[in-house]
Amino acid sequence: MDNHPTIAVEFYKVNYFYSNLEVLTESSFHVHKGEFVALIGSNGSGKTTILRLIMGLARPDSGKVLIFGESPEKARGLVGYVPQYMNYDPAFPISVEEVVKMGRLEGLSRNCDSKRSLNASCPELETALELADVADLRYRPYKALSGGQRRRVMVARALASAPELLILDEPTANMDSESEERLFRVLGNLKQSTTILIATHDTAFVSSLTDVVLCVGQREGKLGGVLRHAAKPADHIPAGLYGGSALQVLHDTDLPDECCGSGLTMQDDRAVHTDQSAPGRKA
Amino acid sequence: MSFFVALFDPSMPFVRNALLAGVLSSILFGVLGSVVTVKRIAGLAGAISHAVLGGIGLALFLAAKGILPGLPPIVGALVFAIIAAAIIGLVSLKAKQREDTVINALWAIGMSMGILFIAKTPGYADPMSYLFGNILLVSLGDLILLAVLDTIVIFLAWRGYFQLEASAFDEEFARIRGVPTDVVFLIILGITAVAVVVLQTFVGIVMVIAMLTLPAGTAGYFAKNLGGMMVIGSGLSLVFSILGLAVSWALDLPSGAVVVLVAGAVFLTVSAFRMRHKA
Repeated sequence: MDNHPTIAVEFYKVNYFYSNLEVLTESSFHVHKGEFVALIGSNGSGKTTILRLIMGLARPDSGKVLIFGESPEKARGLVGYVPQYMNYDPAFPISVEEVVKMGRLEGLSRNCDSKRSLNASCPELETALELADVADLRYRPYKALSGGQRRRVMVARALASAPELLILDEPTANMDSESEERLFRVLGNLKQSTTILIATHDTAFVSSLTDVVLCVGQREGKLGGVLRHAAKPADHIPAGLYGGSALQVLHDTDLPDECCGSGLTMQDDRAVHTDQSAPGRKA
Repeated sequence: MSFFVALFDPSMPFVRNALLAGVLSSILFGVLGSVVTVKRIAGLAGAISHAVLGGIGLALFLAAKGILPGLPPIVGALVFAIIAAAIIGLVSLKAKQREDTVINALWAIGMSMGILFIAKTPGYADPMSYLFGNILLVSLGDLILLAVLDTIVIFLAWRGYFQLEASAFDEEFARIRGVPTDVVFLIILGITAVAVVVLQTFVGIVMVIAMLTLPAGTAGYFAKNLGGMMVIGSGLSLVFSILGLAVSWALDLPSGAVVVLVAGAVFLTVSAFRMRHKA
């Protein structure tokens, strides 16, 4: 198993069962630092399980999960998470700034960083508010926000810890196209500096920001596999539907897991790249 | 004689004790009540408070039978409250289903045990004062217990404020950030169990849950954050307590019930006003 420092996420022959149900079977894949990854699959295919394994909220029954070469529990500080939904109490009195501050929490500490208390502000908090485009909402009550604004606040909360890996579970669910576009603009600004992994149930198209498509689910009667698929520009999709231009996922074009980097995983109308020295290769 | 005149009457120290109990209880109702409300564990707190009657009944029975002479009811209440909190805590954390059935069973079994033990206790044991409280019987010891518990709750709320806020708002995210959410939950339940016992002299075990939710619930409409909810909740509890005590004194009514009615009326009025405003 490769513990190369440029690898952000590595699953090696991971098996995971929920009660007696097989969710992941011998799943192996890896994600490089700085990549924008779409983890796609229908509802119940095992996407959220993969995210929970990455965050150390679940443990594999066998196999190994490494995040930046460490166990998921040890690497939690490097991961920012935007959940699909939250069992949120609409009567909870809290401001946007306080929600974002939660991203600076570390165990039982009351500090925002080495110098400042969480009662005060700190540079990372300001950066997160700016990056996620919610600085103007900071004093607003969270309950007064629209669905799209709340989702951006969740992104800001995840960014407040200055994560190296940002995970978003169905980030555009119930979002209007304007909010979606705004969110993907935020993600586009983070691309390269942060590894981004988006889980989505839309298996046909993904954002054009995507470098790697990982498809989760049943394949040839086998449950819980994770396959790398090619994608090509989908010019016929109206701009804005996927937060900008979109890529069409080519489910009939499997790519070997060893095939790394955006130049290798994306296919255009002319050819599938197979050259190991292709531009865009990150490792 | 009005309540406020009685307060300064040297021959009526119990009235001053009642007021002091109201003031000290208000802090618990506001601070702990806000936590119970935002953590949405009012049902669990209700089960603990009702299970406490089993302990009170058992202590009265053992003392009257001479098995454990002089055993104060509060000791039995405390033991049952902590056992109930432990069972409810474990069931909530571990059970994947039928959690509410187990919690309701504890609620009912605790009360039934209490009634049976009280029925079989030789001599006269009045369950009414335990069920509905009697603030005029508050002793100096009760006041000291309340003050100690206030201090502990205020300290824990300050020390773990951000962890409490995060685990109530989004428990999974708090866990990802390294907050021991299960420990936080068990501490809240444990403190609630002890508070229920200490507060039952004021409003009784049946109504203590009302005072842990109504002032905090009303405060939630006006507060900007959890801290504000705690402060406003404590202030409202204080107003409800003093008003309830004065009214119950003037009209010769049970004080606990009047305090709860005042708190309930204000909560419902504010809720109705808010709903109408939104509609």
